Amino acid sequence: MMGILQTAATKSPWIVHFDCGSCNGCDIEILACLTPLYDVERFGVLNVGNPKHADILVVSGTANYRNARVLRNVYDQMPWPKAVVAVGACASTGGIFRNCYNTLGGVDKVIPVDVYVPGCAAKPEAIMEGVLQAVQVLEKRKETGETYAG
Amino acid sequence: MLDNEKIIELQDLKKETLLLKNQGYRYITMSCVDLGDSFDLIYHFDKAYEIYNMRFSVAKGTIVPSLSDVYFCAMLTENELKDLFGLEFSGLVLDCGGNLLITDEVGAAPMTKQYVVKAKESE
Amino acid sequence: MAKKTILPFGPQHPVLPEPIQLQLVMEDEIVVEAIPAIGYVHRGLEKLTETKAIAENIFVVERICGICSFMHALCYCQGIESLMNITVPDRSRFLRVIWGELHRLHSHHLWLGLLADAFGFESLFMQCWRNREMVMDIMEMTAGSRVIISTNALGGVRRDIDSDQQKFILNSLNKLQEELDNIKRVFSDDYTVNKRLVDVAVISKEDAHELGAVGPVMRASGLSFDYRTTGYAAYNELDFEPIVEQSGDCYARMMVRLRECYQSIDIIRQAFAKLPEGPIASPVKGFPSGEIATRVEQPRGEVLYYIKANGTNHLDRLRVRTPTFANIPALLKMVKGLTLADIPIAILSIDPCISCTER
Repeated sequence: MMGILQTAATKSPWIVHFDCGSCNGCDIEILACLTPLYDVERFGVLNVGNPKHADILVVSGTANYRNARVLRNVYDQMPWPKAVVAVGACASTGGIFRNCYNTLGGVDKVIPVDVYVPGCAAKPEAIMEGVLQAVQVLEKRKETGETYAG
Repeated sequence: MLDNEKIIELQDLKKETLLLKNQGYRYITMSCVDLGDSFDLIYHFDKAYEIYNMRFSVAKGTIVPSLSDVYFCAMLTENELKDLFGLEFSGLVLDCGGNLLITDEVGAAPMTKQYVVKAKESE
Repeated sequence: MAKKTILPFGPQHPVLPEPIQLQLVMEDEIVVEAIPAIGYVHRGLEKLTETKAIAENIFVVERICGICSFMHALCYCQGIESLMNITVPDRSRFLRVIWGELHRLHSHHLWLGLLADAFGFESLFMQCWRNREMVMDIMEMTAGSRVIISTNALGGVRRDIDSDQQKFILNSLNKLQEELDNIKRVFSDDYTVNKRLVDVAVISKEDAHELGAVGPVMRASGLSFDYRTTGYAAYNELDFEPIVEQSGDCYARMMVRLRECYQSIDIIRQAFAKLPEGPIASPVKGFPSGEIATRVEQPRGEVLYYIKANGTNHLDRLRVRTPTFANIPALLKMVKGLTLADIPIAILSIDPCISCTER
């Protein structure tokens, strides 16, 4: 039974998108990936609203004190194996907002990140590439039997 | 000095605002500038594409009467300034207690000039 | 008397692309009050602008919001330019209008799609976003980037649009208008769409004025206010009227935005027809001093920048009042009395841009 689930996770990864403190630029590009021109659904990728359904967490924007708790909560609710994609300069390092008083920096200050997608705003092509790399991370985790490190 | 600006006294704020409301002005927003030991408060209103500004200065720590019972929409701006500048308003209809935008970890009044941006550990 | 329950709506919710929380006080299925809990996207951008140089701030204000980034930069540049008494070349004034209206087009298409998604019309959502890609292609071709195009500069614009690109843009707009006719039929006449939008979340003319609503929310309630009519950039040389609807419900707000799409296409065509030859930027020397409050009409409504400069390369204060911030009081009013199932549509109908609101 576990085998089927894990094969499904890599052949048809479901993503959940969480916007931390993004300017919307990356968010609309993530949404644009789902729409007819880019259409990630041809790779079996489906955007879901429930973190318990999801294999890959796509995060955009900087972490701040208030949304860090929500981000951690969403991440913790996802079942193992899971992977995290940080989309855009803000999610990777804090970007232009790095030194603002209300930002913690990149989302890797809060949760472990597997794939960083550069760009401000990241292009849909780059986001798709990032998600596909995250699928490989999932595959590797499945093969090696790596367990959840928290 | 802005265009269409009127300098008023703190105690006339409510009276002036009610006058504006009766003349059909729309509340846009208020701005706060930190002048060191006092705050400059500027209220922006609009009528038929013309902006009208009211300005007064208050010493830090002064309690400013809230406009939220005249214009309900002033409530959000006042809560915001309470968060960011540590301004106190009396008679705020919906008081978020300084937690509308920021949490306690940030520290009080981050927009004031004294506030020093913390160095991040990696720098 | 039914028992009151407080229901948190958000911050992570499938219908909301961005985190905002409304605490809904419910009596059975009916909302009696809504309390906003924001701050999930607050970064402290106004403070950041005090530490950056004046020209660098253009890139900071563009990142207030990725959807209407061009208008933020436009408002900031116009403010600094009028403080420094810079006259912008005619060609760049028209180019600013063109990019501004392209932003309005892509923003309204995006919103129409999200609205369709909110009432469960998946294929309409896909159609809107497919059409939007035509606008995004124009952006990429003219500016090299899809979302944050950074073509504004102090004293003018950074890039020009040549005649080949003009032909491509006008062709794309013709195609876009045909597609728009198709989706307009569905949005305005479809039975299910009407059922979800008509008489939902009504806001009266008086309330809209008193609560300080701006943009399509205000215009859908019968108030004719469009800051473009004051003629900033090149709008004084173009022919258009504010689009006003009377009923103040979600349907009216949708129709305002749908009709503004046609209006934007028309304005871009007019601007290309009148586009003068010449330089695209004036030289800028020195630093501004003084105060100014300047406004621009964004897709979501009027934005106000208050700038205080002191003659150095850093600003004393930059205050931004964004349209969604002004529309939240109206939202709190309009959700009262709605059933829970209508809340997502009511929230979407003000076109919330949370990153604008919190900066």
